[in-house]
Amino acid sequence: MKAATANESALIARILGGETGLFHELIRPYEKLVYVTIFAIVKNEADAEDGAQETMINAFRHLSSFRGEAKFSTWLVTIAMNEARKRLRKAKVSAENSLEQREEEAAGDFTPAVLTDWREVPLAALERKELRAKLREAVGALPEKYREVFVLRDIEELNQEETASALGINVTLVKVRLHRARMMLQKLLVPYLKSQAPARPGVLRRWFS
Amino acid sequence: MKLECKHVWEHISGYLDQQLDSELLAAIEKHLETCEVCSAILDSTRNILVLTADDRTYELPLGYSERLHARLARLISQGGETG
Repeated sequence: MKAATANESALIARILGGETGLFHELIRPYEKLVYVTIFAIVKNEADAEDGAQETMINAFRHLSSFRGEAKFSTWLVTIAMNEARKRLRKAKVSAENSLEQREEEAAGDFTPAVLTDWREVPLAALERKELRAKLREAVGALPEKYREVFVLRDIEELNQEETASALGINVTLVKVRLHRARMMLQKLLVPYLKSQAPARPGVLRRWFS
Repeated sequence: MKLECKHVWEHISGYLDQQLDSELLAAIEKHLETCEVCSAILDSTRNILVLTADDRTYELPLGYSERLHARLARLISQGGETG
């Protein structure tokens, strides 16, 4: 794990030394990171914004407990993730709880959806607003433990070790959950991906139509 | 090493993250050369990840940054202490 950058370490030292106004500068690069992390978990803009503010306030209040062994961004994400979990617990109705419980216990089917007629290039897919909305929806539909790993690895692009440390789980579990999250998303999103490309006649198609 | 499709599927994530050992990687690439099903699954998964990492997929609400810094400024001006 990379340590905080020299510039950040210097800023943190000055803030702790009393130049508290510099905190604005310290967190500016991570505003989006914190918001998106919480939003992807709580799935509600207002709650995510409030949670992001609380995260930054907590970071300010506890800045001296940041030791600098981890990256500052990872430390912030850990606080953000705790904030998101807290909000999710509060918002969760008992019905959802029991659903989550069942998902937790189910062995689950994590095989991808089979498709043979889709070759959309990423660039074209990126231009599609509704596909981005579907993706956010699908991420929101993942069971929490998979969603958390997916958010940190594939949205925030933290590495495996940082993700493991932010979630308090081991690297093997990060890999397993990430794989399952990706396969579930592939399955959820294939209908929207597929519909964008005309079906190509192909030998394999008849086996899967 | 000869692989069946379902074995390839188990390693899609590791493949995309370039975490497979060379023997397994070679076997998967050989399989992908001839298997349209697995190639499409791999492509679609990869594209979902590209889309996920795109800045436009998750956007900030308008005025978010201003509100955040205003709240922090209030905290700091009230003599908020780091501890």
